[in-house]
Amino acid sequence: MTDEPLVLGIETSCDETGVGIVRGETLLVDAIASSVDEHARFGGVVPEVASRAHLEAMVPTIERACATAGVALTDLDGIAVTSGPGLAGALMVGVASAKALGIGLGVPVYGVNHLASHVAVDIVEHGPLPEPTMALLVSGGHSSLLLVPDVTDDIRPLGSTIDDAAGEAFDKVARVLGLPFPGGPHIDRAARDGAIEIDFPRGLTSGRDMERHRYDFSFSGLKTAVSRWVQARQAAGEDVPVADVAASFQEAVTDVLTRKAILACQEQGVGHLQIGGGVAANTRLRAMAQERCDRAGIQLRVPRPGLCTDNGAMVASLGAQMMAKGRVPSGLDFPADSSMPVTDVHNEPAGPASAHDALHAG
Amino acid sequence: MLMLALDTSTSAITVAVHDGETVLGDHTVLDARRHTELLAPGITTALAAAGVAVTDLTDIAVGVGPGPFTGLRVGLVTALTLGHTRGIAVHGVCSLDALAQGAGIEGDFLVATDARRKEVYWARYRGESGVPTRLSEPVVGRAADIPAEVRALPVVGRGALLYPEALPDGGEPLDVYAGDVALVAQRALEAGEALPVEPMYLRRPDALTTAERQAAVERA
Ligand SMILES: Nc1ncnc2c1ncn2[C@@H]1O[C@H](COP(=O)(O)OP(=O)(O)OP(=O)(O)O)[C@@H](O)[C@H]1O
Repeated sequence: MTDEPLVLGIETSCDETGVGIVRGETLLVDAIASSVDEHARFGGVVPEVASRAHLEAMVPTIERACATAGVALTDLDGIAVTSGPGLAGALMVGVASAKALGIGLGVPVYGVNHLASHVAVDIVEHGPLPEPTMALLVSGGHSSLLLVPDVTDDIRPLGSTIDDAAGEAFDKVARVLGLPFPGGPHIDRAARDGAIEIDFPRGLTSGRDMERHRYDFSFSGLKTAVSRWVQARQAAGEDVPVADVAASFQEAVTDVLTRKAILACQEQGVGHLQIGGGVAANTRLRAMAQERCDRAGIQLRVPRPGLCTDNGAMVASLGAQMMAKGRVPSGLDFPADSSMPVTDVHNEPAGPASAHDALHAG
Repeated sequence: MLMLALDTSTSAITVAVHDGETVLGDHTVLDARRHTELLAPGITTALAAAGVAVTDLTDIAVGVGPGPFTGLRVGLVTALTLGHTRGIAVHGVCSLDALAQGAGIEGDFLVATDARRKEVYWARYRGESGVPTRLSEPVVGRAADIPAEVRALPVVGRGALLYPEALPDGGEPLDVYAGDVALVAQRALEAGEALPVEPMYLRRPDALTTAERQAAVERA
């Protein structure tokens, strides 16, 4: 026996139905059902297709997670679920399922922030998070620099993209290059055989931009520059060197991401950088971040690629932290919030209930 | 039998606990948007009103639509997860059948509910000795496009409220009541019918494949 909380986490904010189970800081299982193949023929994620797939996959994925981990639902101490941000209809499937588990098992339910979960997942990979940690979250929907004094309670956004997210840029550039969706992994692979010889723009790094948008990112200008470059080649009747374009584009993205992340660490006096989100699976980003952090004397933490993309284990990990730190459960009436700000790490119960619970928790 | 019944296919977020004879407790709230917030508390309220613990439940019945997708799924995933968690059977009931049950009309009538986008979900029923039988498969379409002789029948559901010119003979109930979901499920179970929990969407997702988009561009 152990008194570490056994928590099941549910993630349905986009196209992956994720169910993970964590005991304290130990990952027991990370089960995923993805509808990504169904979206490929649409060239992007279709919300209604994703929501339908979540409904079909939800219970089977919970069953598979429990079977793989050798956990009975009745052993669980708590449920955590992504309540935002993400696709509203997709989030609702996970939130409703989590509440049904809470009712059926008589255990507390925590509605938690997707971005905070991307940070908390590293606890099951590399142990407790140093406080504070600097987090760089880069995915298809987000590119943010976050100062994280306490992942269960206190997350401060320092900067984010002012247009496209980094993963979105990967996906759009892949389309320009005729690579399949989602483009990130394909660009990553193509770039290995390419030369970094095209000098694509580094968004928001010039003198004036560094004053107004010190920790912000911009990738839409880069995407346009890549399209223009490719179109010019095509117009001239020349072959497009896909590998070189991929490598040069990827270099521009990772250069800006790592440069600003390290600057933020230095200026905020933070000795640890954690990278999360789907784009953290990128080979070049991982290598460049390691090199630059080593040079700057910053400790780098990046979870294995499978835990960087959306998954249920990250939600379970944050839920386990919430329970370990005695945070108040969310109750049963919290909403799915498609635009949940990162400063809301979890849904606190409304009004008198919170005072009541706090009294009892205290 | 201790059955928990629920439905989220109309404007009602409705829950009832039924013992095979009668409704022991229920909870219904009208809100076409806040299913995620209101359904779970509705379940605990209905159970408390019935004086039934969740561990005592033997069956779950859920309306499978047709109805607006997002709310419908909240009901379905709640029923499926709760059923799995307690290890009890979950039965799917056509939500229009539950509305027809609540109508209590003898003879032919129409059930028409709000499908949004200026359309209704509808099916024709015949009531005999308090038991309605569905005469046609549920479909989605404009109220005005329903055959004239069907439109002239008495109507239950919000369809008549929304399109009174096409559906002049509207009446109550407007929304599904979970107690009727339980009745319809129990009658079907007694008759040995299978009640699969399959959502009735009746519409394809709105999206064009890359190939369809290309074809549209080429046609233009
Ligand atoms: N090796 C890689 N290199 C670059 N980008 C990648 C790589 N692998 C995945 N990606 C990108 O990561 C994104 C997917 O990230 P993730 O799984 O976190 O989902 P998301 O829905 O975008 O996440 P979020 O909801 O957190 O915004 C896609 O844009 C994809 O192209």
